[in-house]
Amino acid sequence: MTNQASIHAQEPVLIIEPGRTEKNYWTDLWRYRELFLILAWRDVSVRYKQTIIGILWAILRPLLTMVVFTVIFGRIAKLPSDGSAPYALLVFAAMLPWSLFSNALSESSNSLINNANLIGKVYFPRLIIPAATLVTAFIDFLISFIILIGMMLYYQFAPGWQILLLPAFIILALLASLGPGLWITALNVKYRDFRYIIPFVVQFGLYVSPVGFSSKIIPEQWRLLYSLNPIVGVIDGFRWCILGGNSPIYIPGFLLSLAIVAFCLWLGVSSFRKMEKTFADLI
Amino acid sequence: MAEIVIKSENIGKIYTIGHQAERGSYTALRDILMQNAHTLWNKTKDLATGKPIIPGDTLEEVWALKDVSFEIRRGEAVGIIGRNGAGKSTLLKILSRITEPTTGRVTIKGRVASLLEVGTGFHPELTGRENIYLNGTILGMTRVEIKQKFDEIVAFAEVERYLDTPVKRYSSGMYVRLAFAIAAHLEPEILVVDEVLAVGDAAFQKKCLGKMGVVASEGRTVLFVSHNMAAVESLCRRALLLDNGHIRFTGTQTSAISEYQRLFSAKQVSLKNRTDRKGSGEVRVMSINFRDIDGQTIDNVVCGQDFDIVFQFETLSGFRSNRVVASLSVRTQWDVPVFLLHNRMTGNEFGRLPSQGSFVCRIRKMPLTPSTYKIGYSIMINEGDYLDIIDDAAELNVIAGDFFESGEVPPSSHGFCLVAGHWSLES
Repeated sequence: MTNQASIHAQEPVLIIEPGRTEKNYWTDLWRYRELFLILAWRDVSVRYKQTIIGILWAILRPLLTMVVFTVIFGRIAKLPSDGSAPYALLVFAAMLPWSLFSNALSESSNSLINNANLIGKVYFPRLIIPAATLVTAFIDFLISFIILIGMMLYYQFAPGWQILLLPAFIILALLASLGPGLWITALNVKYRDFRYIIPFVVQFGLYVSPVGFSSKIIPEQWRLLYSLNPIVGVIDGFRWCILGGNSPIYIPGFLLSLAIVAFCLWLGVSSFRKMEKTFADLI
Repeated sequence: MAEIVIKSENIGKIYTIGHQAERGSYTALRDILMQNAHTLWNKTKDLATGKPIIPGDTLEEVWALKDVSFEIRRGEAVGIIGRNGAGKSTLLKILSRITEPTTGRVTIKGRVASLLEVGTGFHPELTGRENIYLNGTILGMTRVEIKQKFDEIVAFAEVERYLDTPVKRYSSGMYVRLAFAIAAHLEPEILVVDEVLAVGDAAFQKKCLGKMGVVASEGRTVLFVSHNMAAVESLCRRALLLDNGHIRFTGTQTSAISEYQRLFSAKQVSLKNRTDRKGSGEVRVMSINFRDIDGQTIDNVVCGQDFDIVFQFETLSGFRSNRVVASLSVRTQWDVPVFLLHNRMTGNEFGRLPSQGSFVCRIRKMPLTPSTYKIGYSIMINEGDYLDIIDDAAELNVIAGDFFESGEVPPSSHGFCLVAGHWSLES
């Protein structure tokens, strides 16, 4: 009996009151890490269920875009590459972060709607759902990364020590997509028209961001303004890691991009958390 | 007395709903434009700051729950009953943390698992094995726990052969069995269950009920929301009655159910204004009600109970016949005839009818299983010479009871008739 009482004494005590979830938010997020892993695993495994097509798609999309961009910008428009780097490599070094960013953004912004049945029926910190979609985008990224390795072997291009810093920029690309992704997915719960914004942003962004060309061709006086697009910093970072000294980072612009990523992330997380409480009532 | 595991203090929940403002018929275009611009500006502001936006011009706040306080002790099985919209689901959602209360506080000791649906999060493309892990985690089990119970779950669901088949290829029966098997192997201290029993066939519902009975008897706390009074009656020992977001009654399940019935069912079915009558109208039944043998009006009949069905009638002044036959017919909700009973059959004669009176039909030891039945009647002189007929005159609610005087409550899933029998062994 005493034994049982002591077991009961150790039971978690849960208090539900207005604003309570707010206080325990980050500890709760940690407590639900298994759910995060399983949702991420579910997304990945569903995506590659029909294996051949799933993986082929992750390879074909960036590869074909890279070929088209190399032909148009490199051959036809004859834009300069960074230093001695082959133009195709220059494009692909930007395609990688761009598709990571755009996949993560599209997946995360539709994630709440796609999991509506979960939200209405079980409790967990809702942030888990959009965060778990980042894993899928990351797996796609790893697959395309294999193409990069292939291309580097083909061009006999060895990366410098900078490649070691690549993980930092991968995280930066994911965080850059998470901010707007959270905001849009939360708004999507109530207003389904927000989902149409993302395909537009992705299409538009591909040409506005320095994917098909080097950001060095932007006139010096506009470069800071151009860096207001947070992806510019991410892409420059990737090129610097992969192409090494051929494409040095424009530091003021990079810091600006970094600040904007941080701001968007803060905005996304805080508005998501504000709206999160009503998800179950609205969805 | 066991310790309190759920303590709810004055919890309340507001929902804001929008209404379209009424507009005068002569509104200037300018006014409309101004108003729309104003709303648009406000909404943009709300959007930017992350406030929820509610369509409509004027907003109204509705308390889905207000001042709800109760205590639940360890090992209790408590039913939550009430009509649709009384706040039952909101209460469950608050207890399972899906939505936050607007006011008040709930303290819960122990791990809560809520079962608001079976098969939450099942993915059709994933295999049975994968879905067990997915659904188990969603319901709050850890990987280690699922691994331990895996074989048990599979055996319970009887899907061994299809474990590596995507669940989209499962029959609906297999799907539900697997979903329920996972839920049944949750081992929380507190289990919150919504009307999951509303899905599946009768046999499945029975299996669910049985499993929940086991959970309750193992000393775990169960909160059970249901419309199925028979299930609440047999599964719970206590019940809360919710009405309009308030707690109307707390007490034993039986008294809560009878309070529910006292509050919400019409005691007497008035037939005065029915226009779907057939027959000459020389005798007309004005109302139907049910009485127990002490003469008290009742709303529900318990299996095995003796009771009266009372047809109050009025007779036109010129009516003289002394050979009137009153006939009662009972059908199921699906119009399957259950029985017919008239006074020629029972050998009872009424003689000359007064201008007002009642035909009383005594039914002994109610032989129907719990359900709602339709009652029709016909009043005639001879076969084919009808005075008054209504096919759907009233409803007869039958609730679970101890028909066999053995404590065994008969399930309604195996037919609607209870037979007083006896078993013995001969060798």
